[in-house]
Amino acid sequence: MKTSLDFVLQHSGIWRGDQLAQAGVETLPTGYAELDEQLPGGGWPRGALTEILIEREGIGELRLLLPALVQASQQSGWLAWVSPPHVPYAPTLAAAGVKLQRLLLARPQSAGDAWWAAEQALRSGACSAVLAWLRTPDERRMRRLQLGAESGSAWGVLFRSASAAQERSPAALRLRLEATDSGLAVHILKRRGGHLGRPVLLDLDGKSVRRTPSVVQFPRKVA
Amino acid sequence: MLWVALNFPALSLEIFSRAASAPEPLAVFERQSNRSWVLVCNEAASGLGVKPGMPVSAAQALVSNLVVRARDLVAEHESLTGIAAWAGRFTPAVSLQPPDGLLLEVSSCLRLHRGLNNLLKQLRSGLDEMGYAANHACVSTPHAAWLLAQAGTGAVIREQARLEKMIGALPVRLLDQPAETIAGLEMLGAHTVADCLRLPSVGLARRFGRSLLDEVERALGRRPEPREFFVPPPSFERRLELPALVHEAEGLGFAARRLLPELEGYLSLRQAGVLEFELVCHHEDVPDTVVKLGFVQPTRSLARMQLLLRETLANTQLPAAVHTIVLKATRILAQEVKNADLFDAHTEEGDGELLLERLRIRLGRDAVSGISPAADHRPELAWKYCEAGEVVTASPGPQRPLWLLPTPLRCEEDRFVSRSGPERIESGWWDGGDVTRDYYVAQHRNGSRLWVYRDLSNGEWYVHGLFA
Repeated sequence: MKTSLDFVLQHSGIWRGDQLAQAGVETLPTGYAELDEQLPGGGWPRGALTEILIEREGIGELRLLLPALVQASQQSGWLAWVSPPHVPYAPTLAAAGVKLQRLLLARPQSAGDAWWAAEQALRSGACSAVLAWLRTPDERRMRRLQLGAESGSAWGVLFRSASAAQERSPAALRLRLEATDSGLAVHILKRRGGHLGRPVLLDLDGKSVRRTPSVVQFPRKVA
Repeated sequence: MLWVALNFPALSLEIFSRAASAPEPLAVFERQSNRSWVLVCNEAASGLGVKPGMPVSAAQALVSNLVVRARDLVAEHESLTGIAAWAGRFTPAVSLQPPDGLLLEVSSCLRLHRGLNNLLKQLRSGLDEMGYAANHACVSTPHAAWLLAQAGTGAVIREQARLEKMIGALPVRLLDQPAETIAGLEMLGAHTVADCLRLPSVGLARRFGRSLLDEVERALGRRPEPREFFVPPPSFERRLELPALVHEAEGLGFAARRLLPELEGYLSLRQAGVLEFELVCHHEDVPDTVVKLGFVQPTRSLARMQLLLRETLANTQLPAAVHTIVLKATRILAQEVKNADLFDAHTEEGDGELLLERLRIRLGRDAVSGISPAADHRPELAWKYCEAGEVVTASPGPQRPLWLLPTPLRCEEDRFVSRSGPERIESGWWDGGDVTRDYYVAQHRNGSRLWVYRDLSNGEWYVHGLFA
């Protein structure tokens, strides 16, 4: 009887409350095992928008993405950076292992052009990742980006201020980053196919990972 | 052999009308001594009562807003060579049949175009896109194809017996013979080609000369017909007169789109790609506007040319109204053609060059770039913008931040919780950009990790980067 129940539970249409939905999500591993475990499909979602909300710059928001960027740069598409707030420092990126010839920097003059460029890059299907720093977001523009990411199956990353955490967003994944004394705390505000996760504490330099003690622990298997 | 003949019965009209999206009553007239008569008119004019053969003055009296143009044989021939160049995308064996026809030998390229029906469909839609209407016929000999196309039959015949029947039914006036011969045949009661063939051939040859029998035998494939094939000119330049003055640059898009398929066909015939082309706009009394368009890599894709043109025209301001446009390919490079994959392994990969072009057109060339390290110890000079996609090599260096501030920011030392360092950078005395700095990795009170330096020349502290 138990074997047949297990057999039924193998069905892809059945989702159990203690698991993250896995089906049909193409992902890019983050390079941090503890974070991968909390993300649907085990990594950054391809063909969807990821929002990264930060209180201030320089707390490790790029280092968090770096392992995935290194990996994405080994593929054939562009790594597009749309209106970065500062100069992405080439020697550091090269030292980290990012193939610089995959980098495509777009520095539009106006906010409208920046939204347009981000959407084109996502939609083209020629980018493996698109990082964008965009001003004056609204829901319609965000939705266009999300649709663009879907049709171009690109990993779209949108950097926004932490004050946007309360706004609605069509992004598939929303993370809020917080600098703490013991490392970077990643709060998962929204993810597909799962309840809100626990904050993950990452030490970006050592890549050793600790986790805050969990409050609720679902049993993995129903005995 | 299989020949497709295309006959353009309204070519002398279409060279004027195809640049306009909305048809206005238009008639083309021919003049002889001091008499001029309507040669051909469009539907808008014939709907109002204008008929071919009518004196021009009568036609103008009938339709007040009728546009009349004198027949332009030079432009007609240019158009015909333009269509021949376009047809080069289907087959390299294109032969001109002046003044208003083309012959295409297609037996060797049927598989490439997935069958004759598909090829004819592509021909029709392509001609339609360029604004031409054509009658076609497809048979085994070029002359028969041409006769059948002129008769407007649309015949597609591959059996000899049916070909003879179809040719036999054609009226003798379609034959390429002097008017006296045709009149003589009609007087004899020979109204169709079959009637001619029933007459004793010796007598027929004696009375009308060999050429009549020759022509019929060529059509039936009993006599060879060598044809000269069209050789593309070394450069591409096509002009198109606009039916009305155009004031907005975007309005030129429709007319230019009529010419782009010709360029595409020309490029396939030459096995080449275009790197740069230009659209020259002629104005009444100001100098010409030249809209230059360039690609990252040579291309012959119609879609890319159309996209580039549309985006560029959207950003173009015209100084005055335009009456004629000229499309010119200024840089053409040989381009290798890829063989189609046997198993048609179609990858859904996007076109990276296309994205690059799109962004450059709208944002400007300088706003789109790649980035590369440079050999300098001064951090602000250790990187530079480069062409996107350029292969760069980097040598490993000391720890550096991911963000560099383009201009260092003044700051107070007491904001830092902790710092590690220093790394002294002292360089640039030879080019006037002399720096003497002690760099530290500092933790700001608010959690940011910064790359700061103390300028040893004045003792001030600056933020130069963020360990984002």
